[in-house]
Amino acid sequence: MDKHNVKGFLEFVYDFYRSMKAHEITLVYEGEITHQITKAFTSLTESNMAKEDESNTVQKKVFHVMVECLQNISKHADTFGSDDYLFAGRGIFMVSKGTEDYHVTTGNVIENRKIEELTEMLEEINSLDKEGLKQLYKKQMREGRLSDKGGAGLGFIDIVRKTGNKLEYHFLPIDETNSFFLLSSSVTRTNE
Amino acid sequence: MEVIKIKGTDDTPSIVLDKDSEIFEISGRSLPEDVSTFYEPILNWLDEYAENPNSKTVFSFKLVYFNTASSKLLLDILMKLEDLYENGNDVLIKWYYPEDDEDMQEAGEEYADIVDIPFEQVSYVL
Repeated sequence: MDKHNVKGFLEFVYDFYRSMKAHEITLVYEGEITHQITKAFTSLTESNMAKEDESNTVQKKVFHVMVECLQNISKHADTFGSDDYLFAGRGIFMVSKGTEDYHVTTGNVIENRKIEELTEMLEEINSLDKEGLKQLYKKQMREGRLSDKGGAGLGFIDIVRKTGNKLEYHFLPIDETNSFFLLSSSVTRTNE
Repeated sequence: MEVIKIKGTDDTPSIVLDKDSEIFEISGRSLPEDVSTFYEPILNWLDEYAENPNSKTVFSFKLVYFNTASSKLLLDILMKLEDLYENGNDVLIKWYYPEDDEDMQEAGEEYADIVDIPFEQVSYVL
């Protein structure tokens, strides 16, 4: 980098820092999601919440949502632009804290052919009430076999059940075979 | 019969399966990196135990956290115990939950709905 580029880059870092502050982002990561990363992020967030005297209920819910979201990326994120599995299981992971809630947001590449099925699943989960979610969870647990990657198809249902909030999601096209899948879950901080 | 004694970590539960001392317990946190591999020896042990079980088996679950991947394996364990019960053996599940943890209490109720075994919910103070 020449001098001019260095300055541009450092200014970008400052803008990035300001955006993080503006959106109250407390953790952001892009890369491979491993078990070690999951452990590090959950314990970091747990100790931050404990320091800020967050209620036990909220702490537990945030922990729960983080584990399931991180697991979704590590088990289900697709490879982009290469058959190289080095790029699988990667994505962006973010935790932000507002006055009323915590948001856990993930983004990862997904093959276009999987979008329809995933959308149906998310819509079904978002349409159910407490009792409906409970029944679906039990049904999945009884009938759903663990996939070869170890996913049980229970994560999304569990997030909505634990938080009581619907899942926000969005697909952005990358090319004719892939899209970027964004998912945001929120944990309400107030009236607990 | 072989005794299984696994010390818990921050992501794997403590497990004691001891036929002679009549202790059957899973406790702590469960979010192992690979759930199937972690629980495989437990399921195998239960298969072997079922061949010549004690006259009474009280199996305790005292978990503070488990992820959804573990929830399926916990059901597999309960289903093995259900088989044991259906074969005429005396089996009791004790599901412990922290007093203020409704989610863990509800998880116990759900398992009790799914499997047909005597199920006792026990609250405790952490």
